[in-house]
Amino acid sequence: MGETITFWVLAVVSVAGALGLVFSRKAVYSALMLGVVMLSLAVLYAVQDAPFLAAVQIIVYTGAVMMLFLFVLMLVGVDSADSLVETIKGQRFWAAVAGLGFAALLALGIGNVTLSPAAGLGNAVKQAGGNVPSLAQLVFTRHVFAFEVTSALLITAALGAMVLAHRERVRPKATQRDLARARFSGPQPSPLPGPGTYALHNAIDMPALLPDGTLSPKSINRVLARHDEEAGVTPTDPRKAAIVKQLLAKDVLVEDGSGGGGDEEARDDDAVHDTAREGAHDVVKDNVVRDDVTDMDVQDDAVRDDVARSGDVEEAAHREDVK
Amino acid sequence: MESPAEIIPHSGGVIGVSWLMIALPLIGAAVLLLGGRRTDRWGHLLGVAMSLASFVVAVASFMELLGLDPEQRRRAYELYQFIPGVADMGILIDPLSISFALLITGVGSLIHIYSIGYMSHDPDRRRFFAYLNLFVAAMLLLVLSDNYVGLFIGWEGVGLASYLLIGFWQFKPSAAVAAKKAFIVNRVGDFGLLIAIFTVWTTFGSVAFGEVFGKAGEASQNTLTAIGLLLLLGACGKSAQLPLQSWLLDAMEGPTPVSALIHAATMVTAGVYLVVRSGAFFEAAPTAQLVVTIVGVATLLAGAIIGCAKDDIKKGLAGSTMSQIGYMMLGAGLGPVGYTFAIAHLITHGFFKANMFLGAGSVMHGMNDEVDMRKYGGLFPVMRITAITFIIGYLAIIGFPLLSGYFTKDGIIETAIEHNAILGWLAVVGAGITGFYMSRMVFMTFFGKRRWADDAHPHESPAVMTVPLIILSIGSIFLGGFLVLDNRFMQFLAPAVGRPEELPVFHFVSPAGLATLALVAVGAVFAWFRYGAAEVPRVAPRGSFLTTFARRDLYGDALNEALFMRPGQWLTRIAVFFDNRGIDGLVNGLAAAIGGTSGRLRRVQTGYVRSYALSILFGAAVVVGALLYVGNM
Amino acid sequence: MTTHYLVLSALLFAIGAIGVLTRRNAIVVFMCVELMLNACNLAFVTFARQHGNLDGQLIAFFVMVVAAAEVVIGLAIIVMIFRTRRSASVDDASLLKY
Repeated sequence: MGETITFWVLAVVSVAGALGLVFSRKAVYSALMLGVVMLSLAVLYAVQDAPFLAAVQIIVYTGAVMMLFLFVLMLVGVDSADSLVETIKGQRFWAAVAGLGFAALLALGIGNVTLSPAAGLGNAVKQAGGNVPSLAQLVFTRHVFAFEVTSALLITAALGAMVLAHRERVRPKATQRDLARARFSGPQPSPLPGPGTYALHNAIDMPALLPDGTLSPKSINRVLARHDEEAGVTPTDPRKAAIVKQLLAKDVLVEDGSGGGGDEEARDDDAVHDTAREGAHDVVKDNVVRDDVTDMDVQDDAVRDDVARSGDVEEAAHREDVK
Repeated sequence: MESPAEIIPHSGGVIGVSWLMIALPLIGAAVLLLGGRRTDRWGHLLGVAMSLASFVVAVASFMELLGLDPEQRRRAYELYQFIPGVADMGILIDPLSISFALLITGVGSLIHIYSIGYMSHDPDRRRFFAYLNLFVAAMLLLVLSDNYVGLFIGWEGVGLASYLLIGFWQFKPSAAVAAKKAFIVNRVGDFGLLIAIFTVWTTFGSVAFGEVFGKAGEASQNTLTAIGLLLLLGACGKSAQLPLQSWLLDAMEGPTPVSALIHAATMVTAGVYLVVRSGAFFEAAPTAQLVVTIVGVATLLAGAIIGCAKDDIKKGLAGSTMSQIGYMMLGAGLGPVGYTFAIAHLITHGFFKANMFLGAGSVMHGMNDEVDMRKYGGLFPVMRITAITFIIGYLAIIGFPLLSGYFTKDGIIETAIEHNAILGWLAVVGAGITGFYMSRMVFMTFFGKRRWADDAHPHESPAVMTVPLIILSIGSIFLGGFLVLDNRFMQFLAPAVGRPEELPVFHFVSPAGLATLALVAVGAVFAWFRYGAAEVPRVAPRGSFLTTFARRDLYGDALNEALFMRPGQWLTRIAVFFDNRGIDGLVNGLAAAIGGTSGRLRRVQTGYVRSYALSILFGAAVVVGALLYVGNM
Repeated sequence: MTTHYLVLSALLFAIGAIGVLTRRNAIVVFMCVELMLNACNLAFVTFARQHGNLDGQLIAFFVMVVAAAEVVIGLAIIVMIFRTRRSASVDDASLLKY
């Protein structure tokens, strides 16, 4: 009875999670949904007399593999959302037909078979005295060769990952002198104006004032501005509202031009290696740190945003290349 | 009638090394062809030396043969095993083959010597002598071989040499075309000979002369007739007899010594040799024999008519050659007496025709290689030796009493009249026409007004050219009488071709002989009035229908074109069409269909991994469905 | 009871497959593949229970190991492609075609 309740609850949860994985627009949500499914399955393993697997599922899958997924997701672009427009004609329809048909066929096949009541693993584990010792016995006796081969596979995978992810440094690491030179030969030798200079505010979404009292568009954090925009929050200060609007309009233009949604920031992640950008990075970091902003997330965002801004020209050129 | 003597195996003596006759010129040809430019300086001397050495061997063999008892004069010996079980390469020395060998090496050597002078300005003289030597070797193989296979090899060898020499100036398109034509027309005859040899082999189980002629009586009449007609086809091809005559006139594109040696004196007479050598078959097949005589008469008339209309001196002589070989062929179809006269005429013709060809060459040599007789005239005073020797040849060929042609041609005509009156008297008419066209040639060339080109400075040729002319003209005068009187040649040839029961007696005065003389005289006088006394226009007038007929070689080429070339071309076109549209269409269509299909199918390869994954999923679904279906059955 | 597990496994597998076919973000596609593998594992565990021996669980264990290796390599490839092409879309990597 307990098992039945567990099953039905977790079945619903896991199917919902799976559907969420498939249908959520944002990759991070998908990853989280996958985590939900995996945890549910871990419980179902445990229910089905597989405590060892349940533990491994949680440790390896939910722990390591999902961690890896999220890590790469962050590397590749956390806020990149899939376009909803399907580019291959009929792909969705036929995918649905094939997938559902496949499921239906499997279900039909399973339903057609009359299974005897489950044998249970009681007898199987009795001799060794428990699930884990039994599995260990199997792994190290009958399947020892497969097990050893697995170790080879893992080593190969580790090496492969290193080889694939490795990147040759094609020019010498930039010294402080190089960075300084890059900074002074760039368009903005001085640090970017810091945000939050209204007397009443000390927040990162506050624009800076230029010496003549006008607002500095460069000090606006675009990520925050867009979050506000999406949430329907408009700045109360009309001057700031005008600048934000202007800024966002430009963003949209850029996005349309690149056709890549929020990929833009994500792409810059990789560009951090570039010497000139590294200089900009440092500049911005200086800037942010001086203004006592300690929120790491926001700092990250700001860094990325500003890097994007300073590297716009190069970025555009690069994009052309890619195309 | 007495049949030919047995062939006796021979060893030792000069006859035992008579194969040197073939080997020496062959070595000469090999050295000259393989040696290349290094031999340019002395190549012609080597060629002459080899030919002369061959002649010496031939004379020595001849002497040794004369020293034997007449019944012992057919000697053969084996050189080596050629095709195991079919033919061994062997040499047969008998009166017939030695006569030919003497003619070939003797006249051949004279022409070799003459060529030293004639070709002295040609940069390729060495190659020319190499080919001449090759020809001599092949021709000797043809006549000395003791079996049909060896004869066939020689036969093809002379065909090759003829092809190479006609096309010697291959930079002239006309020469190249003429060489090709000669080669192709000869192929027709060669196939006849080849099939004849096959038939002989299947019928008698051998190709050796000694064996097959002995068994000739065992075969059925039809087989013998077939063999005879096929041999005749081969002979027609090589000897330019109707209907395979068309190549000979074009063959005059080759250098003049070639025309003299190959296309007058020796190679073109190979057909006569073949018919005489195979006499045993022809005597057993009267039908084939009759066809031989008919072909001979038809050709002697056709050649004579063509000779009447040609303004090219060499082509005129070529028509005359055709005609004279027609006489020989006629004789070759008349049994042992005819054989004797045919071979005798062949030998005398070899002399006087070579004499005239070389004379023509000498004239051309002096006239900047001009061959049109309408641009000659009045050459007698400027080249006396050439003119006198030419006129001796002329008198010999028209049968002027007591000269060579008189005896041999008259012999053929008399024998023919005895055999078949119609053919005989047609031959007499032919002799009359010969009188006309040969006179025309002489008058146009050496007499009358000078119609030379402006830059022509005719002069007598050097001694190296005139000495052979003189030697040949001496032969032209005396050889005929020497051979025919007392039946000397008949007695000599008897062991090889058989002896008639009663020997013919040569009548100096006979109805046929008188009629011939009269007709020849009429022809000559007519020619004098037309071409000697009257003005000869420098450009040929249009002439009557008959003239055009003769100028166009009796429409032989047109006939060949209409009968063989055009249908052949149509057949080729049909085959090409079938190949292009049918077979290629099928193959190309198939290829195009596959190409088109794959061109469309490849669009499936979109590069989108998701599309591929979709098809995989479909496949998996199908597999699951199939498993369920099978499981439920 | 095991029937239910199997049906659940089939359903998860199909959902994963549909995700592979419809999603374009390479990482999400990869996640869907993982979902399919997990569905298979569920089936294996269920069959182990059904038949009363541990082989199914053992295979599931090996599947997990292989899947871990596969994830490492797959993600490395994705990162590399992203570096050079600035895109994580599976449709963008479509040069290998007609």
